[in-house]
Amino acid sequence: MTHADTHNPDRYFIPHNAPWPIVGSIGMTALLAGAAMAMNGSASGKVTMLTGVAFIIVMLFGWFGQVVRESVGGYYNSQVDTSFRMGMLWFIFSEVMFFGAFFGALFYARVFVVPWLGGEGHGVMTNALLWQGFDPVWPTNGPAAIGGNFDTVPAFGVPLVNTLILLTSGLTVTMAHWALKNAQRRALVLWLAATVTLGFLFVYLQAEEYIHAYQELGLTLGSGIYGSTFFMLTGFHGMHVTLGAIMLTVIMFRAAKGHFTDANHFGFEGVAWYWHFVDVVWLGLFVFVYVV
Amino acid sequence: MSTHSTATIAQDHVHDDHHGAPKGLLRWVFTTNHKDIGTLYLVFSLLMFLVGGGMAMIIRAELFQPGLQLVNPEFFNQMTTMHALVMIFGAVMPAFVGLANWMIPMMIGAPDMALPRMNNWSFWILPFAFTMLLSTLFMPSGGPASGWTLYPPLSLQTGNSFAFVIFAIHMLGISSIMGAINVIATILNMRAPGMTLLRMPVFVWTWLITAFLLIAVMPVLAGAVTMLLTDRFFDTSFFNAAGGGDPVMFQHIFWFFGHPEVYIMILPAFGIISEVIPTFARKPLFGYTAMVYATASIALLSFIVWAHHMFTVGMPLGAELFFMYATMVIAVPTGVKIFNWVSTMWRGSMTFETPMLFALAFVILFTIGGFSGLMLAVVPADFQYHDTYFVVAHFHYVLVTGAVFGIMAAVYYWLPKWTGNMYNERLGKIHFWWSVISVNVLFFPQHYLGLAGMPRRIPDYAVQFADYNMISSVGGFAFGLAQLLFAFIVWQCARGGVKATAQVWEGARGLEWTLPSPAPYHTFEEPPTIDDSMVAHGDTAH
Amino acid sequence: MKNQNIVIVSIAVLAGMLLAVWGMFAVGANMPRGVTEFSHTAYDLHMLILWICVVIGVLVFGAMFVSIIMHRKSNGVEAARFTHNTKAEIAWTTIPILILVMMTVPATRGLILMETSEGAAMDIQITGYQWKWKYEYLDTGVSFISSLARDSNVARQLNSGIDPNTVDNYLLEVDHPLVVPTNTKIRLLMTSGDVIHSWWVPELGWKRDAIPGMINTAWTEISEPGTYRGQCAELCGKDHGFMPVVVIAKPKAEFEQWLAQQPGYQAAEDLASMAANTIADKQATADKQADDQPEVALVN
Ligand code: HEM
Ligand SMILES: [Cu+2]
Ligand SMILES: [Cu+2]
Repeated sequence: MTHADTHNPDRYFIPHNAPWPIVGSIGMTALLAGAAMAMNGSASGKVTMLTGVAFIIVMLFGWFGQVVRESVGGYYNSQVDTSFRMGMLWFIFSEVMFFGAFFGALFYARVFVVPWLGGEGHGVMTNALLWQGFDPVWPTNGPAAIGGNFDTVPAFGVPLVNTLILLTSGLTVTMAHWALKNAQRRALVLWLAATVTLGFLFVYLQAEEYIHAYQELGLTLGSGIYGSTFFMLTGFHGMHVTLGAIMLTVIMFRAAKGHFTDANHFGFEGVAWYWHFVDVVWLGLFVFVYVV
Repeated sequence: MSTHSTATIAQDHVHDDHHGAPKGLLRWVFTTNHKDIGTLYLVFSLLMFLVGGGMAMIIRAELFQPGLQLVNPEFFNQMTTMHALVMIFGAVMPAFVGLANWMIPMMIGAPDMALPRMNNWSFWILPFAFTMLLSTLFMPSGGPASGWTLYPPLSLQTGNSFAFVIFAIHMLGISSIMGAINVIATILNMRAPGMTLLRMPVFVWTWLITAFLLIAVMPVLAGAVTMLLTDRFFDTSFFNAAGGGDPVMFQHIFWFFGHPEVYIMILPAFGIISEVIPTFARKPLFGYTAMVYATASIALLSFIVWAHHMFTVGMPLGAELFFMYATMVIAVPTGVKIFNWVSTMWRGSMTFETPMLFALAFVILFTIGGFSGLMLAVVPADFQYHDTYFVVAHFHYVLVTGAVFGIMAAVYYWLPKWTGNMYNERLGKIHFWWSVISVNVLFFPQHYLGLAGMPRRIPDYAVQFADYNMISSVGGFAFGLAQLLFAFIVWQCARGGVKATAQVWEGARGLEWTLPSPAPYHTFEEPPTIDDSMVAHGDTAH
Repeated sequence: MKNQNIVIVSIAVLAGMLLAVWGMFAVGANMPRGVTEFSHTAYDLHMLILWICVVIGVLVFGAMFVSIIMHRKSNGVEAARFTHNTKAEIAWTTIPILILVMMTVPATRGLILMETSEGAAMDIQITGYQWKWKYEYLDTGVSFISSLARDSNVARQLNSGIDPNTVDNYLLEVDHPLVVPTNTKIRLLMTSGDVIHSWWVPELGWKRDAIPGMINTAWTEISEPGTYRGQCAELCGKDHGFMPVVVIAKPKAEFEQWLAQQPGYQAAEDLASMAANTIADKQATADKQADDQPEVALVN
């Protein structure tokens, strides 16, 4: 007799035989090796990448599918739930540190490098001998004006709208949580749908903004340090919003299927935390990239 | 669909019995068992240790005498770069994760790691990442040659291998972060009732703190190398002054990762030594709580000392002073640990089996590395030491006779628990003495070389450096050979030998020693009830 | 019997360590004391902290060896059970702190000395290139490239068949050394034309990185005439090991004479009129360099 049917809620559930990680590893390797090949100008890079993506998608469906089945099947006691929660929180912390690196680059460049190049403080000789005439005002693309003239995206246009969108979406996801706790499935799904819509709206507006920057403002990834920090920060953030919105979509369908109960809904909460994290990062971006 | 899914689950559970390990190759690919995964990590680490060691042999062979005899400078630089990357990310870090996998659940009375599937993935990324990394050596333009620190603009001159190297580093980072998350969740969530935080073995404490460091800094490394990638391929100007960036900015970001990284490689070794010395001194660890606090403060301080690797880049005076003072402060908790180890030995009843020998050598030789660290912290003197063989000697004392000796102590200490057999003590002792003598012949003269003015990362040198280089190379070959003996001893022990008892060592204390040897495939499926007699070498003895 | 072995080993290890330090001085494998005020500072700090470490080491390792010799099971010792000793713990936390605080005083003073480049009598700009140095005596029109001497360069090729011992100053000789006056405060302005290098002459007491797009300021004042040799200290590509630095310090008068004979030498007054042009030129080169940079990266 196996305890497949008699799983004991007092016991920590230990899965056996995990076939998906290796699929994920193969996918990740193909994706990244393909990307590297593409960067080196190899024609087969794209195909390799797509193969990798296919593997990863299969892995995600397989792996999460299994977890969902186990969760719905009642295999996870509260201790397992705590492990998932901790896992998610520390994962989000690692993401914070990843953004930290790029924020660090932004601050360091603005506060130290650009003034030095302009001859302030420690940089007197740098400016005198190498970059005379450079005016160290932010935004800048450096003393050699790399990437040519550009204009910045004004903070109080689309970025402000996007701020409001994300803030609102933070609210709607909280409403969804509240509905879940009150076991109102319809409201839960609707609030989630609202959140997803806002999320994708944000991504859409951001994409429009990028097109505008590239085509009309002359602001590109190649616009010196300003372009570099601007696009890398907002770009990585946008990728995270996209990912979050996709995860929310999945959660919405799962909610519609009745996967979550008022007591047991880690999947929902994990994604909601992630969404709040994306939200907070945006606030940092809005202040330090657009406004200041 | 639903019938199918029930079937899948049921099938998964066919193995969920208490009979032991499944058979065949796929066992290792699909396993979620912490002991299997621990073994995978350790075996992988040994393999990488030998690969990285082979590169070291090439380096030492070229440096055996002045003039270029064996390799050209490009290849030499690829060897130093790869040697470091392989040893750090392939040998030392995976060895510690392997030890964590094997021991932490058994030390805290948990049935397994908290997230077993992710545990499998953490490991199974590594072979792929290293295949990618090492394959760059065979590309027409060769592998990376800019040092493991990848400073731009030099690293941006790397050929086709560049993107592969960056992505391999990303994969290693993902693996480490997932591994670390697992360790933290296991320690915080899976302790058996009664295993309070301050009853945990010091090894578990040091790993908890290490895991925190890993999660905090691996993403920063990912960010730094991502910026390199975009500077190289997508026109960004992070590290280009003409565009308003700064090459030195990379060094700041890199070392914000890099300094905590060196502690990631030593804290678990501190933990191991804190297990081994009390066992063979038959005396509780001196100052358990002080040890925990010292570890935590070392970890926190490690976030504010990074620029001591950059004293010569021309920072403003205030910054140089700050980083000098902060670095000196780290020596204090490090000293506390050393004093505590010596006090643990004091008036103990010591015996000198191989794990203890490695632990004692660790205490002395790591301390010597700490001393040279302290010297390096004195900025005016560092203007001379920096980027010379003195630094090479420093970090090999802390990493080889520190981290690696710690790992070896751990392997000898726990091998009987893993395999159920005693290793060959005679060979173990030979391995120890051979290693400890050759490693000093290898690295001690490098202090002199650095002081006399030999820069690091050069394939050829002025003739006044010839004698010490030759001595160092001889030590290097001898040390390399000794490690083949180590691999043999481990292999032999896995094959068979004198049966080990559950307790293994007379003075051993802690939950892992209450289990039979070899430890069964599944342990602590029912959480044990902890009483004082099962607690490891903590304060709680009285 | 076994005990005796341990005693012998322990004493041997301690004695070996002391010998290692002494031996270092005996064979001259130590940091050079150098020929500048700063190099003396660095040397003194080095010796001070080294001896502090040796003393602490002898105490700690000594205690450890005593314990290893006496507190062993084979001696029939019963293990004690103590796990604390507040007095000792306070002592070994505070005493190191005090020692370190004491260390910071001369270290801080030394650092401030190094960072005080004001009042220099002349400026030399040093630019690192893969794999050579360019020296410009600012405001004199004199500038030249300094690279590895020919015979070293021939001998250092893979399997050249030439014994390095037969080459004068193997790898430490250049075609055009940097010539400077003694007893003169000279400001050195470092930068690079490609990757990071590091300019280092041990006898001067420091190294400083040469970073593209940035100027790093250092200074020196050499007290004794002579030839001082060093090397690039920051990995800068395949020939990093082959870009030495040679500085020849001459008495002031001799130096002036030497300088006046250099091609391109301009007396100060002629220079004033040129200054404007030079700066414009420099800006242009910098711009060009900047434009080229991404290009260079991709081509390589
Ligand atoms: C007392 C504690 C320590 C102090 C004060 C210290 C100080 C330093 C300093 C100032 C440097 C930079 C030297 C230079 O490049 O000029 C350095 C380099 C280094 N240290 Fe330490 N250190 C200590 C302990 C450790 C430990 C425990 C480890 C690792 C286990 C370690 C690993 C390294 C490594 C790998 C480098 C060289 C990195 C590179 O440039 O490639 N250190 N240390
Ligand atoms: Cu460090
Ligand atoms: Cu160099």
